Amino acid sequence: MKRIVNYAPGKGATIILGALPLILIAAVYLLGSEARLAINPNDKLMPSPASFVAAMGRMAGQTDPLSGQTLFWLDTWLSLARLFTSLGVSLILGLVGGILVGFIPYLRSSFGPTLAVLSLIPPLAVLPILFIIFGMDELSKIVLIVFGIAPFIMRDIAIRVSELPREQIIKAQTLGASTWQMIVHVVLPQVLPRLIDALRLSLGAAWLFLIAAEAIASQGGLGYRIFLVRRYLAMDVILPYVAWITLLAFIMDYALKRLSIAAFPWNNVREN
Amino acid sequence: MTHILIDDVWKEYGDITILERINIELPDHEFLVIVGPSGAGKTTLLRMLLSQEIPTRGHILIDGEPIAAEPMKDRGVVFQRYSVFPHKTVLGNVMLGPEWQGSAFLGHLFGEKRRALKTRAMALLERVGLAESANKYPHQLSGGMQQRLAIAQALIMQPKVLLLDEPFGALDPGTRKAMHVLVRELWEENAMTIVMVTHDLSEAFLLGTRVIAVDKYRNDPQAQHRFGATITKDFDVRPRIVRDSWTRENGRKPVSEVETAAVETPAMTSAGASLSLGLA
Repeated sequence: MKRIVNYAPGKGATIILGALPLILIAAVYLLGSEARLAINPNDKLMPSPASFVAAMGRMAGQTDPLSGQTLFWLDTWLSLARLFTSLGVSLILGLVGGILVGFIPYLRSSFGPTLAVLSLIPPLAVLPILFIIFGMDELSKIVLIVFGIAPFIMRDIAIRVSELPREQIIKAQTLGASTWQMIVHVVLPQVLPRLIDALRLSLGAAWLFLIAAEAIASQGGLGYRIFLVRRYLAMDVILPYVAWITLLAFIMDYALKRLSIAAFPWNNVREN
Repeated sequence: MTHILIDDVWKEYGDITILERINIELPDHEFLVIVGPSGAGKTTLLRMLLSQEIPTRGHILIDGEPIAAEPMKDRGVVFQRYSVFPHKTVLGNVMLGPEWQGSAFLGHLFGEKRRALKTRAMALLERVGLAESANKYPHQLSGGMQQRLAIAQALIMQPKVLLLDEPFGALDPGTRKAMHVLVRELWEENAMTIVMVTHDLSEAFLLGTRVIAVDKYRNDPQAQHRFGATITKDFDVRPRIVRDSWTRENGRKPVSEVETAAVETPAMTSAGASLSLGLA
């Protein structure tokens, strides 16, 4: 009898084992839903798969008479536009700020503590301030997400920069590199993989802030819709929306992972 | 021609004296090896030559000029590890220095200049035996190959002095021997000055033309840091007159052809020493 840690499943078993909990959750839901609907056909808490299809057919297939658009795709577009804008801004801020703060000692001394304080402020706590300053429109939502994730990315990049071996920086100088050349050719390429990792890690937080901002004040968006139909206990809309958000987040995470592998061949194998 | 003068150099951190009264004069084409126990300050001395650290007293002069207060391209370096850039290919690593020189903003050469540089870099890679691996990344190379790459990368800048900080410390014995031969040959071919730090005595006497030992000359049990290390021994392993005649005989051709002589250095050294005594 070996120790438990020394038993590992084979390839096929890994797939089956991985799928099993998800299948179980689905089965439990379907059984529960059927049992509840048998007692009360108008039960709204656990709708049947048929009502999901019907609800999504309504949301994604028909144009909304008020807005003249398909609500599902309109919500998706609004949310993704907000998300991508704020992710882009955060990336640029995080990369530029992180490299400067991490690489240039005077900037590190000047802004390091401020950055640490900023990244500890709970972004949702300042959301009212953002609404007051930037109004109830798109800007305050974008600022909220940027405020939530840019300091994190910036700190992460700064730490990675300061972790670069001192020898490399000295060597670059003996090859005649200026500060600018070291930033562009030594520091930047080596922190880009970390930037993608930091982005992947902050995707969850970005979605959280997005949905929170949309829930509080918005005219549309995935988070707005979920919180709107909550008033009617419309689980047949909420659950597919949650699944859709999860799928979008998963695709983004997976795409970033593939991008990291494809774009940085030198980073795939750690040094021997 | 490179003439290096280390003039009464001290290194102190607050009350702690690391090195004191270091005086060395290096004529052109010297191969100086610094040995000494761990923590004695060998690497500190090398770092001061590199301007990675600044002496608290005294001066370091190259060709009569004080060295710059930061690392510059007149002094090349190879460290024990992390000397090459992992995100650049082998060829890219070697071309980096001249590209930085030739293009201040982009750091990238184009057209004819790039082709000329590529030819030069490939010739150098051929010389250190890495031409086959030109398009690989450093993590695909063995430890010895990475060090050869680091040397080629430094040499393409044609530094006045090449500083080696325990460059073979992480290599296995076989690779280490091959590296000894290569470094000796490159030192001969390029007629440059090399300063190397090692804790391997046989390596020091095999490669060096001059070996200095850095150690504490006095220890105060009540104040361990009161006295720093200084040069306690200074061996002329291969006196100048022997070296010159030997080089003349071989016409300064690549040492690969006289490799046996280079490998059998200890014997040659004792012969050289007695010869110089005879001449004196």
